[in-house]
Amino acid sequence: MNKKDGNVGVTPGIAKISTRNVNVYYGDKQAINDVSIDVDRENVTAFIGPSGCGKSTFLRSLNRMNDTVAGARVEGQILLDGEDIYASGMDVVQLRARVGMVFQKPNPFPKSIYDNVAYGPRIHGLASGKAELDQIVESSLTRAGLWTEVKDRLSESGTALSGGQQQRLCIARAIAVDPEVILMDEPCSALDPIATARIEELIHDLRGKYAIIIVTHNMQQAARVSQRTAFFHLGHLIEFGETSDIFTNPREDRTKDYITGRYG
Amino acid sequence: MSTGTRHTITAFDDDMDEIRGLIAEMGARAETAVVSAMKALTEHDVEAAATIRADDKIIDSLETEVERLVVRTIALRAPMADDLRELIAALKMSAVIERIGDYAKNIAKRVPKMEGQIHASAKEQLSRMGAIVVEMIRTAMDAYAKRDVDLARAVTVRDDVVDQLNKDLFVDFVAYVAKNPQNATEVAHLLFTAKNLERIGDHTTTVAQMIYFTETGENLPDA
Repeated sequence: MNKKDGNVGVTPGIAKISTRNVNVYYGDKQAINDVSIDVDRENVTAFIGPSGCGKSTFLRSLNRMNDTVAGARVEGQILLDGEDIYASGMDVVQLRARVGMVFQKPNPFPKSIYDNVAYGPRIHGLASGKAELDQIVESSLTRAGLWTEVKDRLSESGTALSGGQQQRLCIARAIAVDPEVILMDEPCSALDPIATARIEELIHDLRGKYAIIIVTHNMQQAARVSQRTAFFHLGHLIEFGETSDIFTNPREDRTKDYITGRYG
Repeated sequence: MSTGTRHTITAFDDDMDEIRGLIAEMGARAETAVVSAMKALTEHDVEAAATIRADDKIIDSLETEVERLVVRTIALRAPMADDLRELIAALKMSAVIERIGDYAKNIAKRVPKMEGQIHASAKEQLSRMGAIVVEMIRTAMDAYAKRDVDLARAVTVRDDVVDQLNKDLFVDFVAYVAKNPQNATEVAHLLFTAKNLERIGDHTTTVAQMIYFTETGENLPDA
């Protein structure tokens, strides 16, 4: 792996998402500095690093969620299957269907379980009728590991579910529009260990079907769920590699100090 | 590779320091045991031999203590990277150092079974082999204390010398017993002693390899 700053994450081969020399600014403040990384579809990729390292900012730039933040500006290239997502002709709504997102705090709509999942397919016109929509809702909830728990109460409010169930509902909602990439921003930080384990099991099941990128503060979680890990520090991508290598034998002292608890 | 920085959670450092201290003590005791065993053998000191056998129990209990602490530390601290490697290495090192103690005890056990003084050339050859093995243990434990991969590598190179000496001894002892068949029992004991020393050299090499692995995350390449 090339150690030169800006090339740390460049991995030859076919990438689902490739970024090249990406800088992200909030006004005058630079949050991400010259990050190039290739994320493939077959693996779960974890972004780790201390608070304020820019990992969430970087994650949010991958489906243009930063567009909604006043003063946020992205430089460099972010390619989805070779297509520049910041190109002028890009349909951002369409982009966010292709690159779905799951947030730290489960955020189901104040609607029924069914409507939460059906919302995306409806606005994107993915179902030709009720039967097909039913099918999408069932398969999405099944993939999210929630179907058996909710199939008899689809009309109940999504917000009435437990935290872990709500998060799986949000994952089902993301899956329902048949995305290519799922971004997860600390999806388990508000969940208890059992609910966390179920989400992690779900991530394991979804691996290979979607490119998955997960931001986590929990090092053990990164080790458990991902095959590739990227370590960010002060807006720079410091190291990117096989998760098993990063956690047993990191190349960079900054990575090692962070994962062994010597940071700061 | 270690940056030498302390952990944010200082109790983690305390655990690691405790384990390091135990490994160092095991190494020092094993070295003493081998030195004493060779002295007891060459001087036919039956009393000293009995002491070595008793002291070996202390090494055994230290190994048990290292195991207990390593398991506890892995469970409670979820170590990563060089911390994880060091703990895995500690587990393996404590096991092989305990074996070194066993071999020293084995040598000591032979002393009362032998009639008296061993023949001069055997004494000279075994003493030489013992001295190299003891020096290997000392260097390995020095490498451990200093986290010095070059010293660790030097240990593994010395092991080739020990292996060769063991082969030479075998040939010499067989020739000796052909001429002095009445001393067959003595020679059998000496052959086993040489083999024990050769095994101590192997185990010490494992200690050196574990130091290298802890520091670099790589296996020590063959010399």
